[in-house]
Amino acid sequence: MFAEIFGIPPQALFGQLLLGLINGSFYALLSLGLAVIFGMLNVINFAHGALYMLGAFVAWLLLNRLGIGYWPALLLAPLIVGAIGIVLEKALLRWLYKLDHLYGLLLTFGLALIIEGMFRHWYGVSGMPYPIPPALQGGQNLGFMFLPNYRAWVVVASLAVCLATWYAIERTRLGAYLRAATENPVLVQAFGINVPLMITLTYGFGVALAGFAGVLAAPIYSVNPLMGANLIIVVFAVVVIGGMGSILGAIVTGFGLGLLEGLTKVFYPEASNIVIFVVMIVVLLIKPAGLFGRER
Amino acid sequence: MIARLLAGAALVALGTGMAHAQGISGDVVRIGVLNDRSGLYADLGGEGSAVAARMAAEEMGGKVAGKPIEVIVADHQNKADIGSNIARQWIDRDGVDVIADVPNSGVALAVQEIVREKNRIFLISGAATAALTGKSCSPNGFHWAYDTTALARGTGNAMVKEGGQSWFFLTADYAFGHQLESDTAAVVKANGGQVTGTVRHPLNTQDFSSFLLQAQSSGAKVIGLANAGGDTINSIKQAAEFGITQSGQQLAGLLLFITDVHALGLASAQDLMLTTGFYWDMDDQTRAWSESFEAKTGTKPTMVQAGVYSAVRHYLKAVEAAGTDEAGAVARQMRELPVSDMFARNAKLLPNGRLIHDMYLARVKTPAESKGAWDYYEIVRTIPGEEAYASLAESGCPTAN
Repeated sequence: MFAEIFGIPPQALFGQLLLGLINGSFYALLSLGLAVIFGMLNVINFAHGALYMLGAFVAWLLLNRLGIGYWPALLLAPLIVGAIGIVLEKALLRWLYKLDHLYGLLLTFGLALIIEGMFRHWYGVSGMPYPIPPALQGGQNLGFMFLPNYRAWVVVASLAVCLATWYAIERTRLGAYLRAATENPVLVQAFGINVPLMITLTYGFGVALAGFAGVLAAPIYSVNPLMGANLIIVVFAVVVIGGMGSILGAIVTGFGLGLLEGLTKVFYPEASNIVIFVVMIVVLLIKPAGLFGRER
Repeated sequence: MIARLLAGAALVALGTGMAHAQGISGDVVRIGVLNDRSGLYADLGGEGSAVAARMAAEEMGGKVAGKPIEVIVADHQNKADIGSNIARQWIDRDGVDVIADVPNSGVALAVQEIVREKNRIFLISGAATAALTGKSCSPNGFHWAYDTTALARGTGNAMVKEGGQSWFFLTADYAFGHQLESDTAAVVKANGGQVTGTVRHPLNTQDFSSFLLQAQSSGAKVIGLANAGGDTINSIKQAAEFGITQSGQQLAGLLLFITDVHALGLASAQDLMLTTGFYWDMDDQTRAWSESFEAKTGTKPTMVQAGVYSAVRHYLKAVEAAGTDEAGAVARQMRELPVSDMFARNAKLLPNGRLIHDMYLARVKTPAESKGAWDYYEIVRTIPGEEAYASLAESGCPTAN
């Protein structure tokens, strides 16, 4: 056994890889939602970060205004965020499908600025504390690191949700309709399937994933209006690397880049906020459609 | 005839020119509050700093030397280029006489040079780096609330004396973090302690677990957080999550604002030691001022916001005494007039622009000790200004020595 790997004891390396996996869970959940939305709606959803933040704030408001704790919030907050998403889709987004991608991007970017601005106005930028649920407090000593129970839960929960989503889209009848409607909406509509409804629900589901990630993040990061803005750019890079619209690509790249970022934090911490973008540039140069994407 | 006309014109021009130099330029004293209004430092300065500047102006009756006072604001987004552009525009186009606050040392260092070049006044409250009155000092720059030297001496000394002999630093990777880290490391070493390692993280990081793990495995007794705002909040929160404090390592929040403690909640922040230049609950004066501040903003003032008030107030008094807003004359008056208000205790302005005043070593109360909202600090010790700040000789300011 090597005593050290590139000057780092293996125990420390395992610890960092595990932490990378945890951050990767957030990337995967968020980029999955973006991929689903892009695949179905052809909209680059810039409001995704704001809706992730909204998920965290809904959880915080449920706890502090209504006394509803973490576990119900894990279900309720995504539903509420999803419902908000459906309203946004019905009221605003659906007018833009026939136009260039750029219009959807601008609209959602504007929405993100408005939502974040409102919360910044109401709650300031320092954020709100959200406690870790009692059942998940404390942690396990793994020998090479102390793993908080809550972080372990984050990995498990996000892996489960990611895999369930992948299964639903790639292996079920509903998923088949969805994929068919992505390929040729007119033909699928002609078979008697309500494509506009499916589009609306897809958007609702995509942003509900963001809301879910927001609730998962609430006890780790302070619940603050900028949490989405900080993350969304990275998540877009993840989607570009994985390939726009690819479900599996989003999941695998999300976790993979989390690991890569974790390693960077050990070997050259100063570069940890740019390493993903360096990878993005390289991927775009070599394989412009992304690692898992298809040329259209 | 023509010669006489020309001579007359020259005399008139000379006359108006002199009147200009003596009076208030543009018939208004314009104060530009430049800070982060939307990012991670917005709560510790932001609109609250503008409110504090307006409170100082109101205290003067809204007028100085017979001319109105105006406060304008802008967001530098923590970017030195944006901050520099705003400062230039303000001075060249908008007739701004004095720029105030400017948290983020990187931006403040850039603005310091512009203000010096264009001969205006710079009242620094939000920025921390002691370089502003050290190697980057300026005859036009005044540094008011705190600096990295005072923070390092306050918290660093106290922690080492309590047995925190070995330190690991978690440092924000820009001018402020580097300065705070090196100042604190110097204090630690001077007291016989040692620095076992350091890790530098990008500004505005969300996840600190990886850095905390490195700090944990270093075995150092104290983890020094040389960062600020949202970065400090997330570091402290996640340190609790990873069981760092339970396993016997101590956290030193080298720059902690009361808004950070508010955001963390006392459950996470309790027993942290910190150094501050101001606490709202000191005496009747600070309580009264803080109450009227809270009525306008909804929060208690940070030391940055209280510092903006004190600096702007002193600036306006100097303008009043000089009868002009010409920077050279005002700077002279600022150095001559005594500084004393609810913020500045036992204060003295050094020739390099550093305001030395009493600093406070505080401990964050436990939830049981706190009597209610914003009752967060127990003042452990008052650190006299001379002890907290670098002396003129120590500062390394080339122009003032």
